[in-house]
Amino acid sequence: MAKVTMAQALNTALCDALREDERVLVFGEDVGPLGGVFRITDGLTRDFGEQRCFDTPLAEAGIVGLAVGMAMGGFRPVVEMQFDAFAYPAFEQIASHVAKLRNRTRGRLTLPMVIRVPYAGGIGGVEHHCDSSEAYYAHTPGLKVVTPATAEDAYWLLRDAVADPDPVVFLEPKKLYWSREDTDLERRGALPFGRAAIRREGRDATVVAYGPSVPVALAAAEAAATEGIQLEVVDLRTVVPFDDETVSASVRRTGRCVVVQEAQGFAGVGAEIAARVQERCFHSLAAPVLRVSGFDIPYPPPKLEHAHLPGVDRILDAVDRLQLDDEPDTRHLLKGAVA
Amino acid sequence: MSVKSLRQTVQGLLPSLTPVRFVAEDGTPAKPPTGYTEPPADQLRAAYRHMVLGRRFDTQATALTKQGRLAVYPSSRGQDACQVGAVLALRPTDWLFPTYRDSVALVTRGIDPLEVLTLLRGDWHCGYDPAATRTAPQCTPLATQVLHATGMAESLRRKGEDGVAMALVGDGATSEGDFHEALNFAAVFRAPVIFFVQNNKYAISVPLARQTAAPALAYKGIGYGVRSEQVDGNDLAAVLAVLTAAVEHARAGHGPFLVEAHTYRMDAHTNADDATRYRDDEEVERWSAADPLNRLEAYLRARGVLTDEDVAAVREQAETMAAELRAGMNAESVLDPLELFDHVYAEPTPQLREQRALLASELAEATEPTEPTESTGSVGSTTPQTQEG
Ligand SMILES: Cc1ncc(C[n+]2csc(CCOP(=O)(O)OP(=O)(O)O)c2C)c(N)n1
Ligand SMILES: [Mg+2]
Repeated sequence: MAKVTMAQALNTALCDALREDERVLVFGEDVGPLGGVFRITDGLTRDFGEQRCFDTPLAEAGIVGLAVGMAMGGFRPVVEMQFDAFAYPAFEQIASHVAKLRNRTRGRLTLPMVIRVPYAGGIGGVEHHCDSSEAYYAHTPGLKVVTPATAEDAYWLLRDAVADPDPVVFLEPKKLYWSREDTDLERRGALPFGRAAIRREGRDATVVAYGPSVPVALAAAEAAATEGIQLEVVDLRTVVPFDDETVSASVRRTGRCVVVQEAQGFAGVGAEIAARVQERCFHSLAAPVLRVSGFDIPYPPPKLEHAHLPGVDRILDAVDRLQLDDEPDTRHLLKGAVA
Repeated sequence: MSVKSLRQTVQGLLPSLTPVRFVAEDGTPAKPPTGYTEPPADQLRAAYRHMVLGRRFDTQATALTKQGRLAVYPSSRGQDACQVGAVLALRPTDWLFPTYRDSVALVTRGIDPLEVLTLLRGDWHCGYDPAATRTAPQCTPLATQVLHATGMAESLRRKGEDGVAMALVGDGATSEGDFHEALNFAAVFRAPVIFFVQNNKYAISVPLARQTAAPALAYKGIGYGVRSEQVDGNDLAAVLAVLTAAVEHARAGHGPFLVEAHTYRMDAHTNADDATRYRDDEEVERWSAADPLNRLEAYLRARGVLTDEDVAAVREQAETMAAELRAGMNAESVLDPLELFDHVYAEPTPQLREQRALLASELAEATEPTEPTESTGSVGSTTPQTQEG
């Protein structure tokens, strides 16, 4: 076991993918000799040559559109959008072509490609560098949407994404790039693509989180435990495909659910999860499914982002509202009799 | 770089001052342009045949639209020389990236006319096999396909194949960012791609003068270092000569090539559009006189390489094709709504499986009295509707 950062894990994944499959290409803005602004592609041009990892002109629609043509031509492009908000020029290519080509052609043309996006906030970035854009992609059928929360997952999910027959939007939580963990990337410990992970078991309530919110949820679970409340933390890993099975099974066990996302709440992925949980687990629920999210505001300036980002306290406040002190389950049945 | 070589570089990129042309509007030979060779007579005769077939396809599709058999049809009547010339300049192994306007090019490529119309008939988004035909699905989001062609060309180059890719694009779409990004990428990568702009003077209702202040769209190449040319788009001989040269340039590894064809959209943008709101009959009549098919026919007849019998034989082939097309379109298409879930991903997600089962049960209920066990329903022909591309 060695200490590995998520950035190193991603770099190793790209390296291994380039080595194992000559169809894999890495390109984007500054990904060549510089190694990307976050150094995720560090050394790739040096080790694999300009033919395999190269800089493009500055144009995000151009990068994704080129990747579409190259995937049609038999390559497996892994492209980098420099930051979340700078992927927006490519959105037309993503929504109209990347997501749809398989369907339009009844499976005759497919796009095995990965769009990597350094994503979300928490690093004190100025505007346009901290957007949580997962809902745009998750709302687009034909795309798979991934966001790792651990270095091990970063490695394996990226390997899986590159090998996937469908296009994957790979959202890399920037604030986790430098978090370290003990892991052996040569032995697969990670779950299969599409499965959510239970990061911590607990009987009192389920906290569903993904990407940058997972460590926050785990910290909240740690804090709750000191007060005798056992939170189960589910890490989605892939937002699409969404693992209803794991999430529902957990909520059926605990009877309570809090969904955590860093993104603004309105019409977000968390709303979708809350809806799905109540549709599937209604009779197991002892309290409304609650959402903890960022506010419905444009991402704040660096000195104010702490006020926006859901932290441990906001999660614990939600846990407080889960009516854990009430008589479980039967209370609403008694209500009529008492009145 | 010395001033002299700089001047040479610039001049090498710039288009001719006036559009390249071999045949005048009345079918007589024009003053021969420098730098291009007129295609041989047998090629022109073959092109003539394709143009007659293409024209017949186009008028048949327009008629089918009026009968409500197609949801919408963007006609390319008047652009026939461009449609045919583009395809004949390519090898079958080269890639073509067409737009919604380019159905005649697809027919010329040898794609079954019925499969060409799958999209507009409303059966599916693309009816032919793009991999087998090396023809991308017809593209509606303007100029996006120009990048795909560039990517494809770049992949051909990297694989060491000598294929090229050609993107078809309209005059209006040259204002879109993707067009410019594609030119720039292609030039930087020296990708073997041909950008073929069919300047038919309008983007729906908006005339060229409101689209650009450039002397010609062909001048958009120089800013990116892309070699460019402009051509009389209603002169098949010129279109074929210039595109053949452009394809050779790209195939030889000299990078991308931009060709602007000056042509005219004789019909409205689509059947749903009313062109009288933005252009007058006089203008349309003027362009009628420049009809590309009449021009080529007159030219070939005058040269003695096309006889009455040849013309009659080609027209008969065209009528046969049109009759087959009508028959094919009159047969109701059999569609399986459950296929809607089949191609979203390689493997459907659990959610898609659930939704598929839901639709299957809805369909089973709907058809229960007559077809008790059949879970797949079929939807009838598309209802006529108005929509623009
Ligand atoms: C991105 C985008 N914006 C708008 C449209 C709607 N639209 C369809 S065709 C068209 C005009 C395009 O004109 P031009 O590029 O000259 O091609 P033509 O139709 O004349 O062949 C417009 C605006 C579209 N299809 N895609
Ligand atoms: Mg036009």
